[in-house]
Amino acid sequence: MDNEALKIQLTELLPSVTFEEGGEWLNVNVDPNDWKPFAVKLKASAELYFDYLFCLTCVDWKTHLTMVYHLSSTKHRHTIVVKCKLDRTTPVVETVCDIWRTAEFHEREVFEMFGVEFKNHPDLRKLILPADWVGFPLRKDYEDPINMIKL
Amino acid sequence: MISFEHITKWLQAWLNAHMSPILVLAVETVLIVILAIALFAVLGLVLVIMERRVAAFMQIRMGPNRVGPWGLLQSTADTVKLIMKESIVPTHADKFLFNLAPFIVMIAAMLILAPVNFAQRFHIWDLNIGILFITSISSISVIGILMGGWASSNKYSLLGAMRSGAQIVSYELSAGLSILTIIVLCGSLKVSDIIASQETGWWIFKGHIPAIVAFVIYLIAVTAETNRAPFDLAEAESELTAGFHSEYSGMRFALFFLAEYINIFIVCAVGATLFLGGWMPFHIGHLQGFNHVMDYIPSSIWFFGKTFFLIFVIMWFRWTFPRLRIDQLLNLEWKYLLPISMVNLLVMTVVAIYHLHF
Amino acid sequence: MYHINELLNSDNTLKPSFVAMKESDDYTINIGPQHPATHGVLHLVITLNGETIKKVDPDLGFIHRSIEKMCESLSYRQYIYVTSRMDYLSSHINNHACALLVEKALQVEVPERAQYIRVIMDELTRIASHLLWWGAMAMDMGAFTPYFYAFRERELLTEIMEDTCGARLTMNYMVPGGVMHDPHETFVHRVSKEFLPLLKSKLHEYEELVTGNIIFQNRVNGVGLLTYEDAISYGCSGPTARASGVHCDIRKLYPYDVYNKVQFEEVIETAGDSMARYMVRMNEIKQSISIIEQLINNIPEGDFQAKTKAVLKLPKGEFYQRVETARGELGVFVVSEGGTTPYRIKFRSPGFSNLSCLDHITKGSKIGDLVASMGTLDLVIPDIDR
Repeated sequence: MDNEALKIQLTELLPSVTFEEGGEWLNVNVDPNDWKPFAVKLKASAELYFDYLFCLTCVDWKTHLTMVYHLSSTKHRHTIVVKCKLDRTTPVVETVCDIWRTAEFHEREVFEMFGVEFKNHPDLRKLILPADWVGFPLRKDYEDPINMIKL
Repeated sequence: MISFEHITKWLQAWLNAHMSPILVLAVETVLIVILAIALFAVLGLVLVIMERRVAAFMQIRMGPNRVGPWGLLQSTADTVKLIMKESIVPTHADKFLFNLAPFIVMIAAMLILAPVNFAQRFHIWDLNIGILFITSISSISVIGILMGGWASSNKYSLLGAMRSGAQIVSYELSAGLSILTIIVLCGSLKVSDIIASQETGWWIFKGHIPAIVAFVIYLIAVTAETNRAPFDLAEAESELTAGFHSEYSGMRFALFFLAEYINIFIVCAVGATLFLGGWMPFHIGHLQGFNHVMDYIPSSIWFFGKTFFLIFVIMWFRWTFPRLRIDQLLNLEWKYLLPISMVNLLVMTVVAIYHLHF
Repeated sequence: MYHINELLNSDNTLKPSFVAMKESDDYTINIGPQHPATHGVLHLVITLNGETIKKVDPDLGFIHRSIEKMCESLSYRQYIYVTSRMDYLSSHINNHACALLVEKALQVEVPERAQYIRVIMDELTRIASHLLWWGAMAMDMGAFTPYFYAFRERELLTEIMEDTCGARLTMNYMVPGGVMHDPHETFVHRVSKEFLPLLKSKLHEYEELVTGNIIFQNRVNGVGLLTYEDAISYGCSGPTARASGVHCDIRKLYPYDVYNKVQFEEVIETAGDSMARYMVRMNEIKQSISIIEQLINNIPEGDFQAKTKAVLKLPKGEFYQRVETARGELGVFVVSEGGTTPYRIKFRSPGFSNLSCLDHITKGSKIGDLVASMGTLDLVIPDIDR
């Protein structure tokens, strides 16, 4: 499915989505509140069938955080990038780990590195950092005078 | 021709000529204890260096070759290192049992040496139930392993000990039954009688297929009983780090280690005695000329040659096979080896009753 | 083990933090961070019921170096060298991904000679990685000897790498625009006349020593079952997913460099168990040999590196590049603000996703099965932790 057809399909699922082009794949901007039901439909829809979440990460834009989900379909071989803009002080988004199981670990990583809280995540603990770590290391304003070496 | 038999006879006569009978017994006991411990130490050193050289040979590498000529003193150096190491007892360990366990394993291994015939008429105590003695004493070592695993207060150790318990208790059955098949043939539990019955040929050749089946089952069962790969679940290092002896260090660890090698030596010696004729040279029926030529090779060389061949086979197993899983291990014993050895014993009884063997 | 005073209050009631321990009758064991089965510093907390596993809880981060944060202050030439330390067994391929990303963003045309060399290097790395995996996996199963057999062949390979790249493990050979310098003058000869014939003559030994062994087959057949749907859902990639029947070879689906010019098969097994994963890797070695054979004697003449500016500046935007490492799909996601350093970089490592299915595939099996499953997942811990 090419980008134009994808746009039509996605707008049918959720009219409020906006699109951005220019990158390698179609970028889809979604409101965090709409994301979970939209994600369910993305996986369930037979024409879209996005069953492979191959990358889940977060970007700190200093004013806000953006969740980035790279989705692909192993059946139709099309790819989209879904973005959710989150508030930086209280970033909350619904988990998608019941749809794509791989999200469980990736969300735990984003949780400890960016402080994004994933609602309804079954096991939201720190995965890589020690349990008593303070701060969110991958945020742009994170300072660690001992361990961080500035070039 | 000089042999062990002559030396012991001469020593006995010399002692009797100079001392009272009770003193002779006392002196001989002390001598035997010293000799047994010396044999123990030497066997341990030799078997460790042998294991490492065999492993190196299998693994296309050099093996120890720096300490002493051809690296022969490597295991001596290792022993010195182990003696000098600190023996750590975990804080929460049951200290008495923790310290006792290696000695139980060690003593069990030493006791089994008694009935083994090392050469013609050269043995410590040729008691009339020798084989029964060996099978019963060898069951004691599992107590030491369970004790060590439990007293360490370590989860790996406990799991390893439990595995070891299940394994040794199961595999003793097959080992016992395959020993019985030979006992049925020669009608005696006395080690020297068993060896004497093989004068016209070793049981593995004389006993038809049942003897060969029993030999194979015996080899598998004793490999499991001595906790050797592919049955080394009690100390499976990729699963349980070092299993029941995880917490042992220094000389206590060395005792476990040594006992393992002594056990290998003993089970191989028993296997050689039962199936390969012990010190009995290679005889074919009543070919007198051939048998005479074979008799010129000293009996001790025959015994140690056979034993070390079996040890080599067991080492060969270790460096070739992957490890079994615990349920597969028990399945193998209870579903395959035990029924087969029971049927095998039955067949052998028929063979013995109708004198179908050679 | 806790002392009684640590457990109880003065009035003999349990301290609050131990109430949970009392209620659960679970027997937990720590596999790692120092443990022979984990080949590194992976920590698994496994909950047991006798010998049967109830839960596997990975605890990561013992070798976490925060490469993503580090790369935010490194230039686009520098950040390649850090990635060699991620999946150190396929460092060429990691470097390749980073180089490809920069080339894609700057639209640099890479000389064909460089493309050939890169693909050959990638496949040599894949062979080396699979050989090491093969030995280490057999060692997990309790067979020590295969390790030395694998290293015998791998040693020649590392020597070839050393001639060309000057390093045996962290090659750092690929740069944006091509490769750092021409391969060593003996490179073609040693690969085609020494290494490939040696490896081909030894492959049957691997089959005889491990593949055909009845104990080994019983250990891996039907163990660690990963279904087609689960493999996709858990984001598995590489040999792990291909053993479950998923077509996911990036070299086939999204070919880069000269992968679209060579003939090779995507190895697919459908059983999804440890044996299938084992067979996929063993057959991939053969496919890699075939790829190298097609390329090694046909390396075109020309430049080994395209001309690029001394200081690379990526245009504003987001870039994603994926390659097939020995473990699966490595994704590099770069957010650029137009400067000389990435604004945000994310490495989607194959091991991280492959590890996440470990709890699922080992539930209800024995400890021995956990080791077998872990061995055939081919986990490299620095790749997981980053």
